[in-house]
Amino acid sequence: MTEAAASTYIGQPLRRREDFKFITGKGRYVDDIKVPGMLHMAVLRSPHAHAVIKRIDLTAAKAAPGVRVALSGADLVGKIGPIAPNWIIPGTKVPVRPVVALDRVRFVGECVALVVAQTQALAYDAVGLIEVEYDALPAVVDEEQAIGDDAPQLHENVPNNITTVYRVGGGDYRKAAREADQIIKLRVANNRLIPTCMETRVVLADPNSDGTLTVYMPSQVPHMHRRWIAETVDIPEHQLRIIAPDIGGGFGAKMHLYPEELLCPFLARTLGAPVKWWESRSESHQATHHGRAHTENIEIAIRNDGKILGLKVETLGNVGAYLSNMASGGPTVNTINFGTGTYKIENYEAISRVVVTNTVPVDAYRGYGRPEGGYIAERAIDAVARHLNLDQVAVRRKNFIQKADFPYKPYNGPAVIYDSGDYEGCLEKALQAFNYAARTHERDELRGQGRYRGVGVAAYTHMCGMAPSRRLGRMGFDRGGWESSRVSVDSSGRATIYSGSMSQGHGHNTSLAQIAADVLQIPIENIDVVQGDTRQVQAGHGTFNSRSMAVGGSSVHVCAKRVVDKAKSIAAGLLEVDEKDVSYRAGSFSVPGTDIAPLSFSNIARMAYLGHKLPDGMSPGLDETLFYDPAGMSSPSGVHLAYVEVDPETGIVNILDYVAVDDAGTLINPLLAAGQIHGGVVQGIGQAIWEEVSYESDSGQLISSSLLDYAVPHAESVPNIRSLFQVTPSPTNPIGVKGIGENGSIAAPPTIVHAVLDGLSPFGITHLDMPLTPPRIWSAIQIARSGVRQ
Amino acid sequence: MLDADEKLHTVTITINGVRRTVSVEPRKLLVHLIRDDLDLTGTHIGCDTSQCGACTVDIDGAAVKSCTVLAVMADGSSITTIEGLAPAGGALHPIQVAFHEHHALQCGFCTPGMIMTIRELLKQNPNPSEREIRHGLSGNICRCTGYHNIVRAVESLAAGAQRHD
Repeated sequence: MTEAAASTYIGQPLRRREDFKFITGKGRYVDDIKVPGMLHMAVLRSPHAHAVIKRIDLTAAKAAPGVRVALSGADLVGKIGPIAPNWIIPGTKVPVRPVVALDRVRFVGECVALVVAQTQALAYDAVGLIEVEYDALPAVVDEEQAIGDDAPQLHENVPNNITTVYRVGGGDYRKAAREADQIIKLRVANNRLIPTCMETRVVLADPNSDGTLTVYMPSQVPHMHRRWIAETVDIPEHQLRIIAPDIGGGFGAKMHLYPEELLCPFLARTLGAPVKWWESRSESHQATHHGRAHTENIEIAIRNDGKILGLKVETLGNVGAYLSNMASGGPTVNTINFGTGTYKIENYEAISRVVVTNTVPVDAYRGYGRPEGGYIAERAIDAVARHLNLDQVAVRRKNFIQKADFPYKPYNGPAVIYDSGDYEGCLEKALQAFNYAARTHERDELRGQGRYRGVGVAAYTHMCGMAPSRRLGRMGFDRGGWESSRVSVDSSGRATIYSGSMSQGHGHNTSLAQIAADVLQIPIENIDVVQGDTRQVQAGHGTFNSRSMAVGGSSVHVCAKRVVDKAKSIAAGLLEVDEKDVSYRAGSFSVPGTDIAPLSFSNIARMAYLGHKLPDGMSPGLDETLFYDPAGMSSPSGVHLAYVEVDPETGIVNILDYVAVDDAGTLINPLLAAGQIHGGVVQGIGQAIWEEVSYESDSGQLISSSLLDYAVPHAESVPNIRSLFQVTPSPTNPIGVKGIGENGSIAAPPTIVHAVLDGLSPFGITHLDMPLTPPRIWSAIQIARSGVRQ
Repeated sequence: MLDADEKLHTVTITINGVRRTVSVEPRKLLVHLIRDDLDLTGTHIGCDTSQCGACTVDIDGAAVKSCTVLAVMADGSSITTIEGLAPAGGALHPIQVAFHEHHALQCGFCTPGMIMTIRELLKQNPNPSEREIRHGLSGNICRCTGYHNIVRAVESLAAGAQRHD
C-alpha cells in the first residue's frame, strides 16, 4: 500500500473518484436493478383536479393478461397510510392524505388505483381497463383565489384553504413607515417549477426470505425514508433496508414521502414478490412535487437617499392539494424569516399564509424558501434603486449588513442568525470581474442606437445545514439536525468512511475522502466512502439544505480526529512516552527532539487490532462512530451580475455574460464547488426566463404535462458562468465550510430579472414577473410602445 | 420475420461488436431492448417525448435517440452504446477522459447520451466553435452541470480550439 506522506487535500481541485462508472455506462441507478420474479406496478391517476369518486370498477383490469392484483383506495383502508408531513409549523391544520384516494380526488395526478402485473407493459395495459366514474367539482389552482370567499374548499378541517398562518418580524414597521419619505409597493410572483431530476423516481421493493424487506430507491434521505416507510406501512424499522444506489439528481424532489414509496413495500410484502414502479417523465410532472409557487405583496419604507427603513411582506404559499413533507415550513420559516436578505432592515413585519389548492403538492426545490425570500429582498432593493433613479450598486452598498456586524441577527429577531460574511468584498470582486463601469457605459451607448442591453445585480445570503437538533424540535420538525459518520480503519491502516449524507451527483466519494485524508494524514487512495445503504451506514439525515459538507463533512472531520486521538494514545504506549509528547505528522507518530524511531499509522492500526499492547482500559480496534450535532448553521453569501440584451422585436433575452462571486467559506474542492454554482445558476436562469408550471384555471388541468410543455434550459440558450469565490470561513463548524449547492438557484433569478428590467427601462417597464419568456417581454414592449398604462 | 408466436418478432443486431438475436413485441422501443433484453443499462431513459437525449446511441454511424426507434426497425443494424465506447480493460475514449478531466458530469445520468452525441458532433465537425458545440448539444438535457463544463470538455477535444477555463 501507499505509505507516502499525505499532502493537504482540502482545497485541491481533485478530479472525482466516482466518475469512471458513469462515463463508461456502469452507473447503477434503481431502474438498472432487476431481481428474479420482479413484478411491475402502474398507477391510475386522476384526470380531474377536483371530483368525487362515485365508482371504481377493477373487474376488467383484474382479468387482464399477467395481472397479479388490482387495487383501489378502499382496499388499502386500515392497511397503509395516511401520509403525514414531517415538518409541521405549530398551529398548522393538517389535511388527511390517503396513500390512494378514497372518495375524492384533489389534483390531476392523484393516485386512484393501481395494478401489479408481470411486465410494465402489461401493467400499463391493465390500468387502461380500470373504469372510474367521477362527479367533477369546482377547482381552484391559484393561491389568491383559493382564499377568496367563494372558493371551493378542499378539506373540511382547513377552513378558507389556509393550513398555516405564520408571523415574524422585529422593530416597528408602522413607525418606520410614518418616518419614511416614501412607501413603495410591489407584488411579485415566484413561479411554480418542476425540479426535473434527469432520473425520475423509481422504487423496487424486494422481500427477503428472512422476513426483511429491501427497498431500492433514489433517496436523498435514506434513513429518514426507512423510518417514514416503516411507520406508514407498519414494518419494523430494523427489518427494513433502504438502498439508494447512484441517484440521477435530487434537487429536493427525492426527500419526501410519496405514495409509490409506500405502495411498493406494501405490495411486495402482500404478494411475497419484488415489485418495481418506474415513473415516466410525463407522470413525474403530476406525481412528483413542484417547487416555489408563491405570491408576495411587499411594502418598502424608504428615505429619499435610498436607505430602507422598514419592510412589510405578505406571502401566500401555494402548497397544492395536501401538505407535503416540509410544506408548512417552506413559505413560512424558510421564506419570510429571510425576507430582508443581505440588508440591514431593522423594522420588519411579515406574515405568510400556507394555502391548499387543486394542484400537485409543492415542496422543497433547490434552496427551498431562500430563493423565494431572497427574491423578496432583491426585488425590493432593486425597486428602490429604480424608483429613486439611483445606481443599483450604490443602493445595495448603502443598505448592506457590514462585515463588522457578524454574527448578525436580522431585525433583531430570534429566528435568524447569519454567522459570517463580507458582502462588500464579494461585490467588489464581482464588479471588477464584470467590468461594471465599462459595461454600464457600453449599455448607455448602445441605447442611443436602439439596442436594449441591461446590467443586473443581486446579492444573497442563506442559512444552511439545519441544526442543532433542539432548534429543529422547536420549529416543529419530526427529525434532528445532526449527521453521523463512522471512520473505520482496518488493520492495514486503510479507512472506510460511512456517512449519513447522501450524494446525488455532488461527488461525496471525493469530497468527504478529502476531508478525512487531511485529518488521518493518509493518501486518499486508502480511503473509501460508503453512503446510501441503511444496513451499512449506522444512521443519518441525508442531503438537503446544503448540509453535506457543513454537517456531514464536519462529522467526518471530528470523527476522524477521534481516530487519530486513539491512535496517538496507542502510539504513546508503544513508544513509552507521554501522549502529549507524541507528534502526528504526515502519517507518522514520532517524538520530536528524540531519536525514538517513529511509528506509521498502519503500524498503529495493526497494533490496535492485535490488542497486545494497548493502554490499560482501552478497547481494541480503530473504529469510531460519531453523531455530530452542530452548534449553529452556516451562511454562505454572494453577489452575481448579468449582462443581457433584449431583442425588442422578438422578446428574446440573450445573456451575454454572467459573473458569480460566492462565499461558501472554506472550499473542500474548488472544481466541484464551481460545478455546483454552474448548475444552480442555470437552474435559476431557467426559473427567470423559461420555466413555469401552467394550469388551466377553471378545469385545473395541468398544461405543462410533459417536457414538451415545460422548458428547462438547453446548452444553446445559456451562457458560460464565470464562477469566482471569496473565502470567509464559517465559525460554526471545525472546517469553516458553508453550503454551496443552493446558492446559484437563489442568486440567479433576481440577477437575470434585474438585468432584463434594466434593459427594458427605456420603455418605462419597471416590473415583470418570471418567467421572462419572449411573449411576456414582447407583450410588455407592445403595451409600453402603445402608451397604454400597465 | 414472425416467430411461431405471432406477437413476437425476431430482431438481430450487432451491438458493441457482438451479434445478438432477440424476440420482441412489435411495440417495444429500441431503448427497452437495449436495457431490458440486453442488460446494457448505461443507456438511460430520461423522458417520454424524445427531449432529453439520455438514450442516445450510435446506429450505423449516426447518433440516434433510441426511444425514437422501434426495436423491430433496428433489425440488421449495428449499434454502439456507451459500454462499447471503450473496450473492456482498454483505454478510455478521449471524450470520456475529457469529461473526467473537466468535471463535465455530476449525477451522471445524462452523461452516456451526452458522450454519444458529442462523438457524432466531433465526427461531423472536428473543430467546433463554442456556439456550434452548444447548438450540437441542444438535444440533450443536463440538469446538474449548467452545461458549462460539458462545453469545456468538448472544447478541449476540438482540434486547434483555444483552451480556456
